Amino acid sequence: MAKRVEAANVTAYYGGFKAIENINLTVEPKTVTALIGPSGCGKSTFLRSINRMHEVLPGARVEGNLTIDGQDVYDRDVDVTAVRRMIGMVFQRPNPFPTMSIFENVVAGLKLNGVRRKSILEEAAEKALRSANLWDEVKDRLAKPGAGLSGGQQQRLCIARTIAVEPQVVLMDEPCSALDPISTLAIEDLMFQLKDKFTIIIVTHNMQQAARVSDRTAFFSIEKTGDPGRLIEYDNTQKIFSNPSQKKTEDYITGRFG
Amino acid sequence: MSTTLTPRRARPPAQPTTLRARRLPAYAAPVIAVAALLLAAGLVYGAGIGGPVLVVVVAVLLYLAGLFGAANAVEGRRSARNRLWSALIHSAFVLAVLPLASVVWTLVSKGAERLDADFFGTSMNNIGARDANGGAYHAIIGTLEQVGIATLITVPLGVLCAIYIVEYGRGRFAFAIRFFVDVMTGIPSIVTGLFVLAFWVLIVSPWFNDGRPGFSGFAAALALSVLMLPTVVRSTEEMLRLVPAPLREGAYALGVAKWKTILRVVLPTALPGIVTGIMLAIARAAGETAPVLLVAGGGAAINFNPFENNQSSLALFVYQQAGEASKYSPARAWTAALTLVALVLVLTVAAKLLARRNRLGR
Repeated sequence: MAKRVEAANVTAYYGGFKAIENINLTVEPKTVTALIGPSGCGKSTFLRSINRMHEVLPGARVEGNLTIDGQDVYDRDVDVTAVRRMIGMVFQRPNPFPTMSIFENVVAGLKLNGVRRKSILEEAAEKALRSANLWDEVKDRLAKPGAGLSGGQQQRLCIARTIAVEPQVVLMDEPCSALDPISTLAIEDLMFQLKDKFTIIIVTHNMQQAARVSDRTAFFSIEKTGDPGRLIEYDNTQKIFSNPSQKKTEDYITGRFG
Repeated sequence: MSTTLTPRRARPPAQPTTLRARRLPAYAAPVIAVAALLLAAGLVYGAGIGGPVLVVVVAVLLYLAGLFGAANAVEGRRSARNRLWSALIHSAFVLAVLPLASVVWTLVSKGAERLDADFFGTSMNNIGARDANGGAYHAIIGTLEQVGIATLITVPLGVLCAIYIVEYGRGRFAFAIRFFVDVMTGIPSIVTGLFVLAFWVLIVSPWFNDGRPGFSGFAAALALSVLMLPTVVRSTEEMLRLVPAPLREGAYALGVAKWKTILRVVLPTALPGIVTGIMLAIARAAGETAPVLLVAGGGAAINFNPFENNQSSLALFVYQQAGEASKYSPARAWTAALTLVALVLVLTVAAKLLARRNRLGR
């Protein structure tokens, strides 16, 4: 199920602006990897280049080598939709589809990719909602609109929607930044459970969260505004937060910078 | 010391000592209104300079001045300005609604005279100037067919065009399309009629019509669709742009292809707004007279076939009846106008309900 993600010399641009430069990083299967760093350092850009969401924006492009279990994500012959089915993504703000019910939201990925059989959809929906710890809260109102849920529930709905297509890797772009502490806790618990099956990469601004949930942590930084973001240090989370080898990392996690 | 503590340039407003303030009593506004009306009537009729309309205008001005003065004296300047602007905004609303109410009232009162089964069941065939009966059956058919065909042509074309501009178009080509759609918005309807007359009726249609120019309801529908297209494109474009980007990204991230994302996520989200835009276009097209007159020619008889021979439409019927030298025709014109407005209204309400049906109730 879970796959290894390898980045070699990944550089990403927004038009003429170089957002990240020469990122080299290997994410092991069935781990949680946290990307931390100050705003604008390119962690989200890097995350979005893993499942080719970066190129959705006009003028954006990626150079370098990004592989998932040895397969080049940016190969000419690669089908973008296959990449995104293999590498799911949860966004910063919950974005349930407003015209769809809770049930339709969860199975949207399957349904829009051609799965029609109701029994399969129902089974997949229940499984995904149970994995996302949302089943008990919504099982009696699956036909109600997804937008009627609370923010935390909506985000778990989006996680359920993502894992319903059974990806190998789940990318999370600050999934808790719009949520209260209790919802955040629910999602962090969820990450612990999900890492049995998925490789998880999470961008977070919350260093306590990175320390709590991740096995490995990557610290990104920029020299100054306008410079491309670089990977400063990548190591076991314990090491990064107790004894980082780079001065910049230490300054950042102790709050002296950023 | 005290001078440095309160520098003259940045003095904060004086802190109020109490949160309560004196208010005008509730009866003040109506009393001022009545007084203004009486005073205005006295002034206008006393001086003998005008009628009831001038009385109302003067009364409104007096009311505004009186209200401002009274509020200024009792409540203070800020509150007085608030009352003045509130009154102005309400008057603007009344002023905007008055013509609408007047139109509806005129249509209903004058259109009721011929609102009978005959009107909806017969045409104007063999109806002379001395005949009181006759109806708009042929015109209703014409309007429905022409607007229907025009909608069938315009909606797919316009929505696809808007999708191209918003979702796919990059660079000069998309910019050019947008520009020309904007230009099309300003084309007068008579010009679209002339365009279809020159292009379709006189050049293309003779090929299917033994070399004779074919005036038809379909030609009118073509002209109407040229009119409707920019409205549909622009309103659909605006609605598609309002769909938040994270929704599209959410679908992409599930591995959904772009065209399917547009079809199943973006369009349903924008649907109510798109329907509103389409209905605006339909309403405009249904009210057009000139293109129909030019390329469908009008006609007194019932013609179900939009592809052959002359057809009329409700708007054209109104135009023709209003100019007819018969004492019975003005009543027909009014009833036809009422029918047209009712038709557009019914279509609009139906479309709105249909668009809402798919949305989930809370």
